[in-house]
Amino acid sequence: MLAESLALSAVLFTIGVVGVLTRRNAIILFMCVELMLNAVNLSFVALSKLYGATGQVFVIFVMTVAAAEAAVGLAIIIAIFRHRQTVHLDDINLLKG
Amino acid sequence: MHTDLSASGHPLGDTVAAFAWLILLLPLLGFVANGLLSLTAAAQPGPADPSAGHGHGDAHHGDAHAHDAHDTGHDHHPARHPAAKWVSLIGPGVLAAAFGLALATFLAMRGAGDAMHAPFVLTLFDWIPTGALQIPVALQLDPLSMVMVLIITGIGTLIHLFSVGYMQDDPGYPRYFAYLNLFVFFMLLLVLGASYPLMFIGWEGVGLCSYLLIGFWFTEEANANAGKKAFIVNRIGDFGFLVAMFLLFANLGTLSYTGVAAGAAGFEMGGALVTTICLFLFLGATGKSAQMPLYVWLPDAMAGPTPVSALIHAATMVTAGVYMIARSATLFSMAPAAQLTVAVVGALTAVFAATIGLKQWDIKKVLAYSTVSQLGYMFVGVGVGAYTAGVFHLMTHAFFKALLFLGSGSVIYAMHQAYHATHAHADAQDMRNMGGLRRFMPITSTLMWIATLAIGGIPPFSGFFSKDEILAAVFARTHHSTLAEATWLGLPGSVVLYAVYALGLAAALMTAVYMTRMMLYTFHGPNRTGTAEQGHLREAPWIMTGPLVVLGVLSAVGGFLNLPALVGGGMSEILHHWLEPVVGEGTLRVTLGEAAHLSHATEYALIGTAVAIAVGGIALAWTRLKPAELVPAAESPAEQGIERTLLNKWYVDEAYDRTVVQPTLGVSRTVLWKGLDAGIIDGLFVNGAGFLARGLGWLGSQLQTGRIGTYAWVLVLGAVSVLAGFSFR
Amino acid sequence: MDNTFHPLFYGFHFYLFGLIAIASAILFVTRKSPVAAALWLINVMFCLAVLYVMLDAQFIGAIQVLVYAGAIMVVFLFVVMLLNLGQPDDLADIRGTGPRLAAGAVGLAILAEVMVLARSRIQGEYAPAAAVELLVPAADAVGGVIAPVAGPLFREHLLAFELTSILLLAAIVGAVVIGKKQGPADAR
Repeated sequence: MLAESLALSAVLFTIGVVGVLTRRNAIILFMCVELMLNAVNLSFVALSKLYGATGQVFVIFVMTVAAAEAAVGLAIIIAIFRHRQTVHLDDINLLKG
Repeated sequence: MHTDLSASGHPLGDTVAAFAWLILLLPLLGFVANGLLSLTAAAQPGPADPSAGHGHGDAHHGDAHAHDAHDTGHDHHPARHPAAKWVSLIGPGVLAAAFGLALATFLAMRGAGDAMHAPFVLTLFDWIPTGALQIPVALQLDPLSMVMVLIITGIGTLIHLFSVGYMQDDPGYPRYFAYLNLFVFFMLLLVLGASYPLMFIGWEGVGLCSYLLIGFWFTEEANANAGKKAFIVNRIGDFGFLVAMFLLFANLGTLSYTGVAAGAAGFEMGGALVTTICLFLFLGATGKSAQMPLYVWLPDAMAGPTPVSALIHAATMVTAGVYMIARSATLFSMAPAAQLTVAVVGALTAVFAATIGLKQWDIKKVLAYSTVSQLGYMFVGVGVGAYTAGVFHLMTHAFFKALLFLGSGSVIYAMHQAYHATHAHADAQDMRNMGGLRRFMPITSTLMWIATLAIGGIPPFSGFFSKDEILAAVFARTHHSTLAEATWLGLPGSVVLYAVYALGLAAALMTAVYMTRMMLYTFHGPNRTGTAEQGHLREAPWIMTGPLVVLGVLSAVGGFLNLPALVGGGMSEILHHWLEPVVGEGTLRVTLGEAAHLSHATEYALIGTAVAIAVGGIALAWTRLKPAELVPAAESPAEQGIERTLLNKWYVDEAYDRTVVQPTLGVSRTVLWKGLDAGIIDGLFVNGAGFLARGLGWLGSQLQTGRIGTYAWVLVLGAVSVLAGFSFR
Repeated sequence: MDNTFHPLFYGFHFYLFGLIAIASAILFVTRKSPVAAALWLINVMFCLAVLYVMLDAQFIGAIQVLVYAGAIMVVFLFVVMLLNLGQPDDLADIRGTGPRLAAGAVGLAILAEVMVLARSRIQGEYAPAAAVELLVPAADAVGGVIAPVAGPLFREHLLAFELTSILLLAAIVGAVVIGKKQGPADAR
């Protein structure tokens, strides 16, 4: 089932990319990133059957980092919302120097 | 200094000639020393020279107070440079030492005898060692360069000594001697270099020094402009010289004299290539030696101090073109058409300049046009393959023309001192303000008469022999020579040569006339300087008259260095035999392998004609011109008709101004400046680069939207392209 | 648990949950409401958890449910509701047709590229029949399903593990600092 798993992983990742490119809502963007991370996790798990348990260890790391990212990211979104009353990315151009 | 005696097999290698580089080094050291000394006191450039500010009466008002202080004592000029004493020692000293060394080298060379058929090449160090182009800094000692070195250092020493007196009160005294020493260095490099590139360095160097010295009193715009004119006109000639060098290198692969001389025989006789090379070389010579059409800078060059006119613009630098053609004798003898061009241009220049000389009032201008005219003679000589005659005239001309210029300097000095003493502002160089100076300056007058007879062609003075030899050579070439058999612009060579001979005679006649006129107006008749000034007219100090006496002797007896076989007996043709190793081959080729021969009857007839013309010219001037009827410059009426045309030098400067200078300025202003420089360079390139950078920056800043959406797109597209790179590899 | 392997049964469920995951993901990116989107994403994660188990990574499957679907997505939903974003607002959240088509094209490009790369770079295929003898033992008597993961995690990757814990700590502190309401002292 390796081929199918990897194919599924690629499809889910692509859907995540398309979501990032098409959505404006910051929270949904985050969720899309989570979807991409999940797709990668699936690849790790699938390949761990071929190459050993290290893949599963990496999944744990990915989840941890995803949790940290979600925590900080959502905190930032809350902070921005407090100032701007919006989470629409097109209204936010603070990155412009 | 590293002296690689590559010619160690040469007998000169063991003699003093191995130190020939010292001849070059001495003036250079003098330049450095004097240049440093000139920095020791604050420069006060200003016209303190007798001839400065002539024709610019207003210039005298500016420094009137300095003149007042000066009146208390002639020997303690307030503006005199503090280092003047040292400079007076160093400047002429290095020249005298160089002359001594040159003399020793000359004696060594005479001792070498027949060995001098091969030149002594002293390689000092590598200069341009690049692939096929190998140019070492090498000095070539052979009879021709020896003659030139002796002339340059010998006459240079005399003129340096004269300058000590003439320039003593100038605030720029050390600067003057620094330039003069530098000039001598470059001139020696020009004649001693063993290859065309080295000659070119000297060529450009003397051009620079000429520029610096013409504009020595640069605070007056006319002087500065004269310097610029000389520099720019010379560039045209330098272009020709450069092209000739490129052609030589492209076709022979070498630029050393020995290499070119060896390779020249490989050219097709009279072929287009060798003719082109020679014509380009001659273009270089017309610039430096003031031949038509590039002669216009030389009369203006008289803005410099008079000793400079004597050294650079009469005796040495302007003869560089003659030297160059004599040096390229083997090359020129392969190109009869180019030789005829040289002869015709020389003859035309000789006549043309002589006509202008007839009507000039400025004593230095007369001599300037006389120089142009005599240079034309030299080119006639080297043009018809009589290289010895050309170099002989170069030498005698250096004697008598240096004497004439220094004499005129002496006169101007006296005139200026006189006007100075009475605070008059008349022109110290205008002959209409002179007259009768014979009574006040007997030595100068006598010596200048000797020079006048020499230049006029009266035997047994030097100029007679050299001029006669050139004319005889032209006449001899009309039969049985490559030149007579060649055609020039469709004309048979012999016809051209007859015309050149006739022009030469005409120029000789006019030379006698205008020189006599100058002497008459300057030294004879009543004095027109002014009654108050007459009391202050006196002979120059001995430091100035001394060199004049030496030059007078040389002018008188210089001709004996190359007496014609007809009258010389055992003493005949010394110079001819001396130069034979260098130019003999070229001359022989022109004369079809045999020595030129004229029957004694013909030769006597030619001499008779020349003497008759010279005497006739002097007599004509003596009887027709009435110095007593002249009035001072300020009261003279304006000339009319042909006289006015001659006074205005045939309006050549005006014609050049209309046809060359103004169009050039116009094109420079509208096309080059406003179009090319302001439009394309500034607009397109400079501002364009700015706009481009700003535009690219704007584009880049547009990417920087600050919106995450954009960044996500950029990131994804980047990832896609990177993955594509991996996928399709 | 017996080790009998039923290829058809296994394959059917693998494809089933795979298709559900894809369908849920597509629904997730197309929902306007953030809450609906989050719920569909949770559905994707459940499906993935099932697949993990089927790929003999039972521990990962459990964590997927607990940490991802349970904790992280709850935080998301919590924030959505905290900010009162439950309703699709007037401002169009999804971009226009042009960007959508472009995004689709880019997505297809990435998909194709990943497929090509995976096909060319990853060699080998395990036969379903041999799956039980593979590197990761399905379960052993002593360590259960956790030991195969815990072994490398706490041996070879101990440093990374500890660093990750520091990262988590920093993220917690950062989230608190950023999310804290600014007091009057901080107000500018």
